[in-house]
Amino acid sequence: MATRQTLVRYGLKPTVFVLCLLPLLRQGWLAYTGNLGANPIGELTNETGVWSLRLLLVTLAITPLRRLTGWGWLVSARRMLGLYAFAYGMLHLAVYWGLNQYFDLSLIAGDLKRPYIFAGYLALLFMVLLAATSTDAMVRRLGRRWQKLHRLVYAVAILGVLHYLLLVKIDFLPPLGYGAALAALLGWRLWAWQIAPRWGVLLRRGEPVTPTRLAGHR
Amino acid sequence: MYIGKPSDIKPSEITDRKVYQQRRRFLGVAGVSAAGLAAAAALPGLLSASRGVHAQARLAAAYQSPFNTKEALTPYKDVTTYNNFYEFGVGKSDPAELAASLKPHPWTVTVDGACASPGAYHLEDFIKPHALGDYVYRHRCVEAWSMVIPWVGFPLAEVIKRARPTGAAKFVQFTTLLDPKMFPGQRFPVLDWPYTEGLRMDEALHPLTLLAVGLYGEVLPNQNGAPLRLVVPWKYGFKSIKSIVRISFVEQQPITTWMRAVPSRYGFYSNVNPDVDTVPWSQRYERRIGNLFKQKTLMFNGYGAQVAHLYAGMNLAKDY
Repeated sequence: MATRQTLVRYGLKPTVFVLCLLPLLRQGWLAYTGNLGANPIGELTNETGVWSLRLLLVTLAITPLRRLTGWGWLVSARRMLGLYAFAYGMLHLAVYWGLNQYFDLSLIAGDLKRPYIFAGYLALLFMVLLAATSTDAMVRRLGRRWQKLHRLVYAVAILGVLHYLLLVKIDFLPPLGYGAALAALLGWRLWAWQIAPRWGVLLRRGEPVTPTRLAGHR
Repeated sequence: MYIGKPSDIKPSEITDRKVYQQRRRFLGVAGVSAAGLAAAAALPGLLSASRGVHAQARLAAAYQSPFNTKEALTPYKDVTTYNNFYEFGVGKSDPAELAASLKPHPWTVTVDGACASPGAYHLEDFIKPHALGDYVYRHRCVEAWSMVIPWVGFPLAEVIKRARPTGAAKFVQFTTLLDPKMFPGQRFPVLDWPYTEGLRMDEALHPLTLLAVGLYGEVLPNQNGAPLRLVVPWKYGFKSIKSIVRISFVEQQPITTWMRAVPSRYGFYSNVNPDVDTVPWSQRYERRIGNLFKQKTLMFNGYGAQVAHLYAGMNLAKDY
């Protein structure tokens, strides 16, 4: 019988690897066949950015999914998902630098004053830190600090949604949709990690459950 | 990447100006309507045969505008598939995909407000008094992309003169059809429907300002604002309102749809201006659709010699 380790190694991980590659392959194929539409660079810029955000949200969905389904093995895919979010983010940056600003440093620097650009850079910078400390060796070396550092992923996601929200012309629905998904993912953590445990404590003690007590005030 | 392999239709095949003008002359001789369409379909390498979309009826233009640019035309396919027309949806391909729901015939255009000769006209009667001309204009979208489009139309000034505006007419307001059955996008409150736009009277009377009924020598496709749209080439594209049903002469400066939507970003004038960014992105450069590299955006979209005097003494950073 296959062990969980073999299933993860030869089943889960290759599957996730290929699935995450599909959006890139699709864009590549559309580009190659000249089917990216009238504004192919604009299309590539948007798609790489949106897929970075999507995969980041999928990464953040792993923990709630594990808890809700009991499928502990899901966590084995989390690092790869996070690294893919990072990779699409870097592609997004490369398309922006190369095909939108043509590596013109004055243009790139001039754009920094724009709030949506700044938010994007900050998100990418944090993602670089997270990717650089994603190896097993770094996890061991940083110990407890690793977990603290990797809470930056919440900031990355918030900045990603903000970046999107600040740049749209009028159609706020897509960025608000991603924002709602993020709010749900973060809200679940607040509930499961902060509020629900205290609720349990209060109930066991037979004390009244009030908002202030749930928030941890006495 | 895409640079190595352009779309299967070479731009030269569908945009060559000489070919399209020759065909125009040929068709002018052959006559518009059925005979013309049949001839167009029979000629090899022509638009209607190669682009795979419905051929529109031909329009014979009687003259060339003196303002025509010599720049390379944006391919018909791009002009008719990459559109901002939120009445069909906010996606760039939504208008081309959903445009069949718009029925541009019959169509009534109402001219009213502060004028001596108001009226409601069937579209045919509205257009009939005017000779159609070819107008090849640059088109600059506020989203920092641009095209070169060969419009067919006539100066708005001719319509204004016919309506005989009174002294109270300081501005002209335009309104798009409100009909969620024809415009599925109007079922969603993305903008405050119906779409309205406005021009100051001197802008409206300017010889560059056009009422277009066609492009590329054919009747306007629905996604481009059929059957009647405004073209104001020195202003951002959203000023060039589509599918017009009402032209009103008013005394007060109208509040346009985009001014209402995001007043900090969109002003009444919305002249193309590389030095003023009221939107989150830069307006200094634009991507000409079909080109790899961006190009510098010109003040008034390159029509400064014709229109700069209209704004003498105004602070265009404030009056954006």
